Amino acid sequence: MSALLSATDLHAGYGDAEIIHGVDLRIGAGEIVTLIGPNGAGKSTLFKAIFGAIRPTQGRVHFRDRDVTTLSAPQMVAAGASFVPQTDNVFPSLSVRENLEMGGYARSDGLDERIDELLGLFPDLAARTGLRASRLSGGQRQALAIGRALMLDPVLLLLDEPTASLSPIMRGEIFERLLRVRDAGVALLIVEQNAKEALRISDRGYVMVGGRVVLEQSGAEMLDNADVGRLFLGQGPDAPQDAD
Amino acid sequence: MDIVQLLIVGIIVGSIIGLGAIGLTLTYGVMKFANFAHGDLMTLGMFLAFFIVADIGLAGGKIGPLSFGWGMLPAALFAMAGVAAIALLIDRFVFRPLRVRGGGFITMAIASLGIGIGLRAVVQMIWGPSPTRYTSGINKAVTIFGEVKVEPDQFVIVALTLVLAAAVYVLLYRTKLGKAMRATADNPALAEVAGIETESVRRWVWVLGGALIAVAGIMLALQAQLRFDAGFNLLLPLFAATILGGIGNPAGALVGGLIVGVSQEVSTEWIDTGLKPGVPFVILILMLLVRPRGLFGSSV
Repeated sequence: MSALLSATDLHAGYGDAEIIHGVDLRIGAGEIVTLIGPNGAGKSTLFKAIFGAIRPTQGRVHFRDRDVTTLSAPQMVAAGASFVPQTDNVFPSLSVRENLEMGGYARSDGLDERIDELLGLFPDLAARTGLRASRLSGGQRQALAIGRALMLDPVLLLLDEPTASLSPIMRGEIFERLLRVRDAGVALLIVEQNAKEALRISDRGYVMVGGRVVLEQSGAEMLDNADVGRLFLGQGPDAPQDAD
Repeated sequence: MDIVQLLIVGIIVGSIIGLGAIGLTLTYGVMKFANFAHGDLMTLGMFLAFFIVADIGLAGGKIGPLSFGWGMLPAALFAMAGVAAIALLIDRFVFRPLRVRGGGFITMAIASLGIGIGLRAVVQMIWGPSPTRYTSGINKAVTIFGEVKVEPDQFVIVALTLVLAAAVYVLLYRTKLGKAMRATADNPALAEVAGIETESVRRWVWVLGGALIAVAGIMLALQAQLRFDAGFNLLLPLFAATILGGIGNPAGALVGGLIVGVSQEVSTEWIDTGLKPGVPFVILILMLLVRPRGLFGSSV
């Protein structure tokens, strides 16, 4: 499969502190790829570097056959990517509908139609369009964050811990919705604390440790990998927490 | 003075404070710092209008019982555009570079204090230290509710405040730009990743805040007189109104302004008039101690 997005020898960090050291990663059109690793592995930093929230110090990012290494976040949005941060991912004082409208800020037409489509995908939100986002439950808020990110019909969606702090039932619902998003043709790159559930819906996975990719396998292979299971999927006594 | 008369004066003064505080609360909410130059931008607004009606002489006669003529309309538009342009320039050459370097609340606030001092000095240098008025003559008061006297200009002040406050509400809650302003105030980082051009939004906030404070400045000059430090002297009531209404909440700022104005004026029934300027300070301290998020909470 040709890569929709690829990162090659990517280095990035904050100030003089380099957090990721030469990461290679790719995601094809319509794929679900999950990134797992322990705290401080650099997963969130990698997301920010790919999405233009921080500037890589070395290496290149290509998206839709175009070098996007130096693009800003709004430019990446215009190029067809979208990002759901782990926290603070909705506008709390805006209503559900206004949050979706802001997701579609750059749309020139079809705003109402797209909002209706997404409310169909997230029916929980449909009855609450006038409610302030700050008054939503955790799961509804996460659904709104994903809906907001889908407003511009992106071809790639980056999700940082989309089910963090959610109940198992809500986690299941979010993953089920993500599958439907993928079925609509959107590629998903996910950093996920609940790695086992994320890998179940993933085509491929990467393991990051210490700012480097140390393993790339299909989702099914990772679920069967004893080392991955012991270290990152909570299937052994010495499993570390895997979130950053 | 009769308490009803004080109440009416309080509403008029409160309208001016409220309109000024709407601009302040918007910039505070979106820029995330207290702009201490806001009062001096208000002074600049009143004097830019003075430039048109007095310096150039485009007064245009008088409109009925009002103290000003049709020349005040182009003068107000000129003042609004001028203050908005100055605010944009200040943002471009001072606040934006500080923002890009990660300048925090204190850095930005101190910079605004310096800008305010500079603006005041420029106004004093051009128009002098003596108080003046747009036009000479008496604005004859009319009597309402028995013995309550109100000057015709003061009806205009209250009416215009209500109209502009309603227009700001429509802008913020019914337009794409207004919603983007509220989104940027809520979470600038998320606004960026949502594809909102936040720098453009900030520029529009300066334009809106500058235009509103210019009108408030003209109203203040109509209610009292033009002075190089008139806006600076109103800074504390403006902040009291902003905090009272909840930072970033324009409707709250208007109500906060009315509460501050009325409290300030009505208090003179029991305290010496010279102590009146202390009332907003007391309100400010009480609000910060008891309900720092303001009466209505932060909403922008």
